[in-house]
Amino acid sequence: MRRYFLRKILIYLLTFFVAVTIDWMIPRFMPGDPVMNMLAKAGSMHAEAQEVMYGYLTSSFGLDLPAWQQYLNFWKALFHGDLGISILQFPKPVFDVIKSALPFDLLLLIPSILLSYVAGNKFGAFAARSKRLDNTMLPVGYILTATPYMWLGILLGWIFAIILGIFPISGAYSYALKPAFTWTFIKSVLEHWFLPFLSLFIVQFGGWAIGMRNMIIYELEADYAHYLEALGAPRRLIRRYAYNNAQLPQLSGLALKLGVIVAGAMSTEIVFSYPGIGYLILMAIQNSDYFLLQGCFLFIIIGVLLANFIIDIVFILVDPRTRLGMQGGAS
Amino acid sequence: MRKVVLTVLSFVTVASFVLVGCASTATAAPATADTSMEEAAPAAEAPAMEEAAPATVDFPRSETLYTMGKQWGPATSWNPLQQGSYAMGTLGLCYETLFLYNPLTDEYIPWIADSGEWVDDTTYQLKIKEGVTFSDGEALTVDDVIFTLEMGKNFKSVYYSELWAWLDSIEKVDETTITLKFTNPLYQEWANYLYSIAILPQHLWEGLTEDEAVVGANQPPVGSGPYLYDSADESKVAWVRNDNWWGISGLGLNVAPKYIVDINNISNNAALGMVLQGQVDLDNNYLPGIASVINGGYGITTYYPEAPYMLSANTAWLVMNLTKAPMDDAAFRRAVSFAIKVDDIVSKDYGNIVVPANSTGLLPIWDQFVDQDVVDELGFSYDPEEAKSILAAAGYKDIDGDGFVEAPDGSTIALEIGVPNGWSDWMVAIQIISQNLKDVGINVEPVYPDYSALVAGLYGGDFDMVINNDAQMSNTVWSYYHFIFYHPIKEQMISGTGNYGRYENQEVFDLVDQLDATPISDVEGMKAIISQIQRIQLTDVPMIPLWYNGVWAQTDNTYWTNWPSSAEGAPKYVPATWNGYWNMGAVLMLTELQPVAAE
Repeated sequence: MRRYFLRKILIYLLTFFVAVTIDWMIPRFMPGDPVMNMLAKAGSMHAEAQEVMYGYLTSSFGLDLPAWQQYLNFWKALFHGDLGISILQFPKPVFDVIKSALPFDLLLLIPSILLSYVAGNKFGAFAARSKRLDNTMLPVGYILTATPYMWLGILLGWIFAIILGIFPISGAYSYALKPAFTWTFIKSVLEHWFLPFLSLFIVQFGGWAIGMRNMIIYELEADYAHYLEALGAPRRLIRRYAYNNAQLPQLSGLALKLGVIVAGAMSTEIVFSYPGIGYLILMAIQNSDYFLLQGCFLFIIIGVLLANFIIDIVFILVDPRTRLGMQGGAS
Repeated sequence: MRKVVLTVLSFVTVASFVLVGCASTATAAPATADTSMEEAAPAAEAPAMEEAAPATVDFPRSETLYTMGKQWGPATSWNPLQQGSYAMGTLGLCYETLFLYNPLTDEYIPWIADSGEWVDDTTYQLKIKEGVTFSDGEALTVDDVIFTLEMGKNFKSVYYSELWAWLDSIEKVDETTITLKFTNPLYQEWANYLYSIAILPQHLWEGLTEDEAVVGANQPPVGSGPYLYDSADESKVAWVRNDNWWGISGLGLNVAPKYIVDINNISNNAALGMVLQGQVDLDNNYLPGIASVINGGYGITTYYPEAPYMLSANTAWLVMNLTKAPMDDAAFRRAVSFAIKVDDIVSKDYGNIVVPANSTGLLPIWDQFVDQDVVDELGFSYDPEEAKSILAAAGYKDIDGDGFVEAPDGSTIALEIGVPNGWSDWMVAIQIISQNLKDVGINVEPVYPDYSALVAGLYGGDFDMVINNDAQMSNTVWSYYHFIFYHPIKEQMISGTGNYGRYENQEVFDLVDQLDATPISDVEGMKAIISQIQRIQLTDVPMIPLWYNGVWAQTDNTYWTNWPSSAEGAPKYVPATWNGYWNMGAVLMLTELQPVAAE
């Protein structure tokens, strides 16, 4: 057991190092100069001051140093918890920028992922039982899971916000409010949350349902199911075994989804102008904001690794075969 | 068999759901169109909440002016020295300038200043109003004005530091008067500074380092203007009226909206949705297809009731890289200018909400400076045959028979014309231009690089053709020539300055400098110099003016009326919230707005 965890942790650390290195490199391969972008927005007629400013900002961002020096500085700062200053939201530190966007992501993604997981799996398993339901469910499920988030979001927004006027179309809460712990504010947050949540839920629901339906059919055709059947076990029991087994691949899928939680709703956030990290990433790319982009991806890397690690542990708990394998290896 | 039937049935069910969704979308829209605000809104949950309990919302709808169009991300700086990134309204609502300038009437309106005049060729005397105060109660005095201007002398990275290359000293005459001694007065530029430099409170800025002063966030800002900082979050920045504003007694004016809430720019579909729902009172975004919305009964108006709907804000230029063949050949550039059918861009791409540019590229507000004789002689207009004959005369001909001309030296011509990816109106424009140029035998392909890559290429001189509109309307036509003929040429033609094509001609550079040093009152002197510049410009065609981009402004009359418009008796100001526009008269728009009385 201990060796298993040590090995896992080592692999995770190595992955972290490589991923963060790539994370540092990718924005720097993008064409364009972030400081130049920043100044381009000023549109000043007065070039000399711009030049002074350009030199000043380039050096304050450390972008005038040789690449290896920038890379070392990056790691040094990272260990101090310093992600740098955002170029887009200058002079706000990247950490603060992400910190203010993160709650909206969690609010949107955790419920949509978990609820769609539970509902989708239950429904998929349920549908697999009945041929008639399966025939209806299969095409619907495929359509839902293949629906682009963007398109569904625009459609829902158009129907519920513009035509029916039931829900607002953009933002995380009413533009007439300041964040405060009041009933009005909470109500407003929920109203603005519903449509993005719904569009995420619907698409993911289709995916889970299809996945579960296919797995159940596969498991029901497996030898152990036929053996149980031959023994005269009740159908209910067989289905429960099949369901438990079918859940394993779904669980790894869930881990991946939870891992990219901070960026998983990018297109939905853009459609509804929901101020989460997905929206930030888009803006960071458009503005060559190296530091913000790095920071966002760092959160994704940490998220994916953490989620995978947790799922490794969960697997030991839910799948006796893993446990058995480990003990076999150790003894 | 049963199975097939069921499958078909389920498909039909799904399909009908989808279709019903689409159909209701299509039919419901016009039905709700003209009643969307009056009837639909109270029934809707979100607005109902705001109306039912006005006490609980922070920004009551009837007292708030909602704007959109300036912020491309959350506001993070309230520093008026950060020209590009300060929050909407920092200059204009919070910090004020000595004068305002109204480009529509060509008037300098004394604001903090009481008067200003040139007492001799090199001495400018400035008097400021008595009783001007900052929002913390401290008086705004000539010391603050001197302090602000001298900051440009002390800190090289302050945007007006160049002023001190030709300003020698500032002298305090008495408590309300200063005189400025210039070594080489650049009258045009000085007039520009008069309405663009924010006067800062000395008692708060004194002692700041260059770093703190120039790149600090300056929150909360303390200025002398009619609005105070209220709050800012991820999606908006809010200002609240300063009821102790000095201007109420000092100018006899007051601003109407109690709150101004500026919403960050959002995706096009959401922005259009909010405009249609009446949630934005003044929207300064370019919204495709807005012409049909204006006539659609949504209560949305624009400056002009018919095409072009919008005022002109800047010229879209075709910038060519003159360091590369064949763009280094004036005959080639001239041929290009005749080949482009701007009318197609205006009508097909923009739906007539923009205007084709004059051959000189000068904005309509500068019509008096267009030398019509020079334009008649050298100007260009769409004429593909003329383009072909210019090319033929200059030795460009199709040697290899591929339908495209080769350079006189026989080398192939294959060029690219670029605009930033996602700028949909410009992307269509360069498709039209590319086709126009191919029609006369010039092989130009449209490309859409990422914005950052495009500007890096533009500033560094690594491009063929690009569309650019960096020069905005201003008080002086000089600013346009400064843009076209920016000099000296550098390795990096840094942002916003102009002459990205690297046109070199000392004669015209000298003329532009001479224009800068011409008093703004000497219109005839300006015209004489401009006429010479225009002759060179139209002969050498360093850039090709295409069309005038509009001051995109969709105004909603549900909560606020008396918007600026071309109608008789309506206020004549530029209705824009963009940086540098509040002090071009837009702040006066706020004094003219009238709330729609709540029942």
